[in-house]
Amino acid sequence: MAFWDYANPTRFLRLVQIVLPWLVGLCVITFAVGLYMSFQAPEDYQQGQTIRIMYIHVPAAWLCMMCYTVMSLSSIGTLVWKHPLADVSAKSAAPIGAAFTFMALLTGSLWGKPMWGTYWVWDARLTSVLVLLIMYLGLMTLWRTMDDPIKAGKAAAVLTLVGALNLPIIKFSVDWWNTLHQPASVVRLDGPTIHPDQLWPLLVMAIAFTLLFLVLHLMAMRNEILRRRVRALRMRAASASHPGTAAATAQPAE
Amino acid sequence: MDLGPHSGFIIASYALCILTVLALVAWVRIDKLVQDRALKELADQGIVRNRPDTPKQ
Repeated sequence: MAFWDYANPTRFLRLVQIVLPWLVGLCVITFAVGLYMSFQAPEDYQQGQTIRIMYIHVPAAWLCMMCYTVMSLSSIGTLVWKHPLADVSAKSAAPIGAAFTFMALLTGSLWGKPMWGTYWVWDARLTSVLVLLIMYLGLMTLWRTMDDPIKAGKAAAVLTLVGALNLPIIKFSVDWWNTLHQPASVVRLDGPTIHPDQLWPLLVMAIAFTLLFLVLHLMAMRNEILRRRVRALRMRAASASHPGTAAATAQPAE
Repeated sequence: MDLGPHSGFIIASYALCILTVLALVAWVRIDKLVQDRALKELADQGIVRNRPDTPKQ
């Protein structure tokens, strides 16, 4: 069976049923190891113990961008290939991405106060991440404002791809503008500038956050497929009880 | 473990992350229960999917 066959929602649900328990177990173990390493890592010579915030702030910030990248790729799948699960994937990822962005902003703010002396500044990095949160909330609203999920999915896909322009702005904002936020210290062409004792816990926590995203995304996609099945069945029932009145729009992921 | 003079900020950050993750988990679990209940109610009324579970090869 080709990988493409998992585009069939029923097969996808079966796959989720098999994979999900393993992913949940792996996610819990990785978080346990990552948190242990985070609190065993040496404190920073300048920032002291507040470096502990880095182990949740940085993975949350990476994930909020990765989640939007997943949504952008899914949007291409919706618009170009009309992939049955692409719209489901994009819609399901939005609340998770919003939550990660919210985490990144608030933990950054709580890290900023003792280190910068302020919770917030309107610099390029912080503002562009705030724009990302607004994009997530806007997309979630757009999906809810349209009755027809297919039309909503197409409109959201276009808006998602327009919003993807913000991703390089977030990434390179610290290089393009003079910001209070520090420049990249892990993903750099000349290699990480963090000491390995602090880098390894960070990478393990990043893997844990990625697994958490995978688990939540698969669960949310499963729910969205079931929601569309419920909608299709209700429309069919309405159509049967009132012939000629229901103009049901069949959805690929039902 | 002594978290130093800024322990409040560290604890608040971790507590906030835990709450956000718990909220996400609750959201997906509750949503699953709602969809399962809706499908069961429809099935009780005799409204079920009539297409085969697997597409023709």
